[in-house]
Amino acid sequence: MSRTEFMQGNVACAEGALAAGCRFFGGYPITPSTEIAETMARRLPKVGGVFISMEDELGSIAAVIGAAWTGARAMTATSGPGFSLMMENIGYAAMTETPCVIVNIQRGGPSTGQPTRASQGDMLQCRFGSHGDYSTIALSPSSVQEMFDLTAKAFNLADRFRVPTFLMADEIIGHMRERMTIPDKVEIASRPPLPEARLPFEAGEDGVPGFAPFGSGRAIHVTGLTHDERGYPDTTDPEAHERLVRRLVAKVESARREIADYEVVNPDARVVFVTYGAPSRTVQQVIHDHPDKGIGHLRLRVVWPFPEFALAEFPDARVFLMPELNMGQISREVERHVGQPVVPIPKLGGDLHTPADLLRALEAYL
Amino acid sequence: MSRAEWLREDRLPHIYCSGCGNGTVINCTLAAIDEVGWRRDETVFLSGIGCSSRAPGYINTDSLHTTHGRALAFATGVKLARPDLKVVVFTGDGDLAAIGGNHFIHACRRNVDMTVVCMNNQIYGMTGGQGSPTTPPGAISTTTPYGASEPAFDLADLAIAAGANYVARWTSYHVTELTKAITTGLQTPGLAFIEVRTQCPTNYGRSNRLREVSDMIEYLRSHAMLVQKYERLIAEGKPIPEGTFTIGELVRRNRPAMGVQP
Ligand SMILES: Cc1ncc(C[n+]2csc(CCOP(=O)(O)OP(=O)(O)O)c2C)c(N)n1
Ligand code: SF4
Repeated sequence: MSRTEFMQGNVACAEGALAAGCRFFGGYPITPSTEIAETMARRLPKVGGVFISMEDELGSIAAVIGAAWTGARAMTATSGPGFSLMMENIGYAAMTETPCVIVNIQRGGPSTGQPTRASQGDMLQCRFGSHGDYSTIALSPSSVQEMFDLTAKAFNLADRFRVPTFLMADEIIGHMRERMTIPDKVEIASRPPLPEARLPFEAGEDGVPGFAPFGSGRAIHVTGLTHDERGYPDTTDPEAHERLVRRLVAKVESARREIADYEVVNPDARVVFVTYGAPSRTVQQVIHDHPDKGIGHLRLRVVWPFPEFALAEFPDARVFLMPELNMGQISREVERHVGQPVVPIPKLGGDLHTPADLLRALEAYL
Repeated sequence: MSRAEWLREDRLPHIYCSGCGNGTVINCTLAAIDEVGWRRDETVFLSGIGCSSRAPGYINTDSLHTTHGRALAFATGVKLARPDLKVVVFTGDGDLAAIGGNHFIHACRRNVDMTVVCMNNQIYGMTGGQGSPTTPPGAISTTTPYGASEPAFDLADLAIAAGANYVARWTSYHVTELTKAITTGLQTPGLAFIEVRTQCPTNYGRSNRLREVSDMIEYLRSHAMLVQKYERLIAEGKPIPEGTFTIGELVRRNRPAMGVQP
């Protein structure tokens, strides 16, 4: 039986992970993500899992990747400065195709910035933060329910595509309390196994190799160096590098439609808000308060890979308005894909846009 | 089980310079594993980045060649998630004690059940011979052209102070003793740290008037002193020759450990 609870977003994230079978958490405390670690510390030992407070974030993500290679569903949670520290090993996870989940409860930056205030300032870092070309998946919840649902979903996507997968929430969603439903069971996709006849990094048609956890007798060599299908380093052959990197990017980018998850409101609208995360809530309020104005809303639950086809769901759109808790990180991505003007509505400092802020922005276009 | 079965022969030739000490250490480690009878499908090798860290690539088991300095943190994840797997880490002095210093002391403090073999050539080998935290004062490297001026880390002392259950130090000259020490390390619950002073003729030897491989090995042999003798000399108030380092079993104890299979 599903049960309804009044729960904090960060706690819901931890519960979503547990429901999805996460059995390893390595982390280092940082506001505003800490409740996730605290919940995991309390709950994991009771379900036969492992919680470890590592010495820093470099160690946290490293331990998570190590655990993932034993076949465990593994996760870490952090915020801005910790996320920056993880970048080298996030690239390692992308290169070695390690399925794992990284939660970033975003706070104000740069640097130590605003530890207790909300931000969406790491949206480009999660896509481009590590060196080299790669692709990843990022989900962005805008309610406590979605903290649960999308965390669980992140594990399935990580396993399906063998990529580090991000839950990019913000402090508001992490710390707010809402009524939410814990389903009696969540969908759990299994990691596709490595067929006997395949090499460890030989991909099938979908570009994703099967997975053979450590201890399964396949003697797999995993390296962050450019490697061939056997997993052996091959660092000077331009073709080997190009083949590998192109596949790593393509396996995610070519599955954009499969991965996409978004909500469309008023598809015939002429003025359309595009949001993800907490600002979605202000747009929902504005639409609720002004049902007659025909305001459109594209709410992204998956931000990366970017679902540009979702913008075409609004054929009459004259303008896209983008309230973000940053200076326009995803509005630039939208701009790349549409002919219409894209208007960023940045908000810095930690507060959410008010409905009045958005109405003021709307006025010019209605 | 034949030791040859543990080598990924299809990866040969290896990248090591001729005369490098790393091959000896790999050989001794595989001999030790042979001795304790671990199976290939239950043994995982990990490493960071450096010449020494390339070792797992030549061994035919599951292996994780990770990022510079972080191998012990990756290994902690592997061991805690699957305590039934046996974990061995190969690392270098730069990898372990410079960029990885924090993970090193914490893995020792947690006393995670694994065996860490450090090939200490007292130099950053792979990047071309820069000074490392174990480069002895006075030694010439590409970043200490006037002689290293910083005190060097004693890696074994560090591991002991941080809490490892088993700590030993040998050199690439002492192959029998080294193999025995690694064997003991593999069998000891908790973190076993084996420091091996090795020769890097290419980068260390060349700049420090130890041009021949045999000169370097002779240097290691003649400056190594059994810890028992060292302690006796100290107790008797006798002088210790300059450049001496201790070898032997430096600690064996039974502190609580993590990841030990129940
Ligand atoms: C984050 C990062 N910094 C620097 C390097 C460059 N680097 C590669 S190997 C190495 C030194 C390795 O020295 P050591 O651990 O002593 O191993 P050796 O090669 O001597 O066996 C360095 C600095 C790197 N790969 N990653
Ligand atoms: S540079 Fe030194 S440590 Fe590296 S392979 Fe050559 S001899 Fe060995």
